[in-house]
Amino acid sequence: MIGNLPYIAVIIFIGLGIYTLMFKKNLIKIVIGICLLENGVNLFLITLGYRKGAVAPIYTQAPSGQSMVLPTPQALTLTSIVIGIAITALILSIAMMIYKHYGTLDTDQVRRLRG
Amino acid sequence: MNLLNHTPILIIAIPLLAAFLLPVIGRINKKTTGIFTTFVLSISLILTILLTVKILSVGPQVYVFGAKSPALTLPSGLKFPIRIMFQIDAMSIFMGLITAVISFVGAIYSLTFMEQHSGLDKYYSLLLLLTVGIFGIEFTGDMFNFFVFLEIASIAAVALISFRGVNLGEPVEAGFKYMVVSSIAALIVLFAVGIFYGKYDLLNFAALASVIKYSQLDKIALGLLVPVLAMKAGAVPMHMWTPDAYSEAPAPITIILVSASQASLYALFRVTFSLYNITLNTLSVGWIIIILGLLSMFIGVTMAIIQKDIKRLIAYNAISQTGYMLLGVGVGLAVLANPVALSKYGITAMEGGIFHIINHAMYEGLLFLTAGALFFRTGTRDLDKMGGLAHSMKYTTIFFIIGAAAISGLPPFNGFASKLLIYESVYRFNPLLSIIAMLVSILTLASFVKVFHSAFLGPKLPKFKEVREVPRSMVWAMVVLSCITIFFGLFPDLIVKNLVHPAVMALIEQFKYTGTVLGGI
Amino acid sequence: MKQMSKIVRTITNLIYGFIIIFGFYVIVHGHLTPGGGFQGGAVVASAFALLLISYGGVNSEKLLKKDFLSILESCGLTMFIGITFLGLGITFFYNFLANSGDWFGNTTVIGINPGDMNTGGVIPLMNIAVGLEVLSALGVIVIFMASAAEFTKNKENL
Repeated sequence: MIGNLPYIAVIIFIGLGIYTLMFKKNLIKIVIGICLLENGVNLFLITLGYRKGAVAPIYTQAPSGQSMVLPTPQALTLTSIVIGIAITALILSIAMMIYKHYGTLDTDQVRRLRG
Repeated sequence: MNLLNHTPILIIAIPLLAAFLLPVIGRINKKTTGIFTTFVLSISLILTILLTVKILSVGPQVYVFGAKSPALTLPSGLKFPIRIMFQIDAMSIFMGLITAVISFVGAIYSLTFMEQHSGLDKYYSLLLLLTVGIFGIEFTGDMFNFFVFLEIASIAAVALISFRGVNLGEPVEAGFKYMVVSSIAALIVLFAVGIFYGKYDLLNFAALASVIKYSQLDKIALGLLVPVLAMKAGAVPMHMWTPDAYSEAPAPITIILVSASQASLYALFRVTFSLYNITLNTLSVGWIIIILGLLSMFIGVTMAIIQKDIKRLIAYNAISQTGYMLLGVGVGLAVLANPVALSKYGITAMEGGIFHIINHAMYEGLLFLTAGALFFRTGTRDLDKMGGLAHSMKYTTIFFIIGAAAISGLPPFNGFASKLLIYESVYRFNPLLSIIAMLVSILTLASFVKVFHSAFLGPKLPKFKEVREVPRSMVWAMVVLSCITIFFGLFPDLIVKNLVHPAVMALIEQFKYTGTVLGGI
Repeated sequence: MKQMSKIVRTITNLIYGFIIIFGFYVIVHGHLTPGGGFQGGAVVASAFALLLISYGGVNSEKLLKKDFLSILESCGLTMFIGITFLGLGITFFYNFLANSGDWFGNTTVIGINPGDMNTGGVIPLMNIAVGLEVLSALGVIVIFMASAAEFTKNKENL
């Protein structure tokens, strides 16, 4: 049961991220919701690689005869974090331009395109 | 060193190198950025045509990154495919051909359409990055690589949609909506990739296809992937981003965005056909895709009739045509486990659906470029304000008539050929679906008659007195697309036999997909 | 943005160089210790962000120029793609420098060892290319966002 705790944390992160995306009205809070969703998926990827009683997969100064966690999900997570930074930087810049043109950050009033 | 062996990666690496060099070139001379981009995309088009000829004659190609063979031999003697690789079969190169033609035409059109804007070196660099992303989605054979290229395409597309956002507010709002939708879609795709990795310890499409089963976790992964990839393709009820994004982007970018949505549709077909194949319950998943297709067709066209903005109208029609593709391939998926029905009408339905993909790219591109030409000369997209433009813009009127006739399915244009294939085969599956498809076609014609009457017919308005024809590069771009539309309409048999049928067989026969990688080890 | 108090500016003066050196250390040793191109580049960009916060956007214009960073980013990216093209003899992205005795060409010792920096082949060069690209890209982003804070502040009349 205690080994399932990271997976429960993943579900909580993704659930909170989707709740923020659906119910919050401020544009910056929507960006925070996307960041929460991304953190949840990254945590899921890292947790998949864990093996019981293993250490970090680095050869330098490692004890001998020791099992190591899988390094492939760590490479996947690193790529995902870099992509997340690009998304966050771009979407925050777009939120700043929306504030410049519309004067508000409320999604109920940023609605010139409809129909 | 035979350079032709490296064609799959050169199609992607040369635009990527050009995209990175463009800021430096833009500092030296501002006017050469557009010509350089067109030159690089023409090289990509030539290489894609060469690769098409090679694949259709020899067979599927595998290109491995970083090593000679795709497998790694463990000390115990076990071999499993571990390298990142491109796996190109007939369906992938079919989609790659569409992307190459559309992005080349878009670059030619942008030479004069975007001339008055500033920051053009960033525009062309982003256009090349968007093209690289779409090519990567279509060529890759590795699941995580698919996620990375999906994100590259989405981020470049968002930056291009908001390109006019320096002075106007609406493109930025459309860009925000598209960014939220694409990042949710990509993160859920990554979650599904994580589920596959956790269960099978494999990331390669072909290796995964040979060991996959249909247990609870696989059902969850399929249930996550199908709606999310349909959302990126613009299917109803997840279509809310499509009219905003397609109407606020500059016209040459809109046609490349259509190609990006079709690449996501290709990924949906790859996951259901080549990854799962008969292990899944084909009747129920096929009916889900058919229902998505029906909703898209009907809601797309009924929302299109009431629009006043010309590009929003064409965008809703794009949603409706995506429904045709989903309907055709959904019928093929529903009868996949039933060999008698598959050979009687299943293969024809899939041929109709997949032929419709290339036809849709061509005539929808032509319609969007025509709308862009109208916006370039009159400065407005509102149909109430336009009128009588057929007097001054003769070429644009002819291209619009060709595009509108093709999308409504009138012979001798290419829309008729693929729609006839879909009507005939879907009728034998379930007659009601075919009748709804024909009704939607009639409503499509109605919406385009409305546009033609509002924008082109009527007396010449005084405020459009000095409106002339559009510059020559835009006319040449539209000529290329209309020539392809007319050619595919006059000789559909040639295209279906040589391009579409190998693509359909590549999707249906899963053992060929896995055998190319695993057999070579 | 206004500049911050004397204490913050003094600490920034003392620590700015060390952060940049540490960032380059993380970039170059990417094939031996945790880190690599992106992580080291992000550390150096955080030094730029520190400079912008403590001195204000207007005062740090002489030290952080957008044009220079943009050219540096293009150089880093072209170096990355150029190195991958060089392996085209076998295939793309091929590590043609590993185990060859040349630049970065020593063979890695299997097992526990203190780590030889001369190993790894093409990987340290790609780390440096990606590190240059990330530090300049994140630097340009931070500079633009700091200057954009000026027009939103004018709107709110703060």
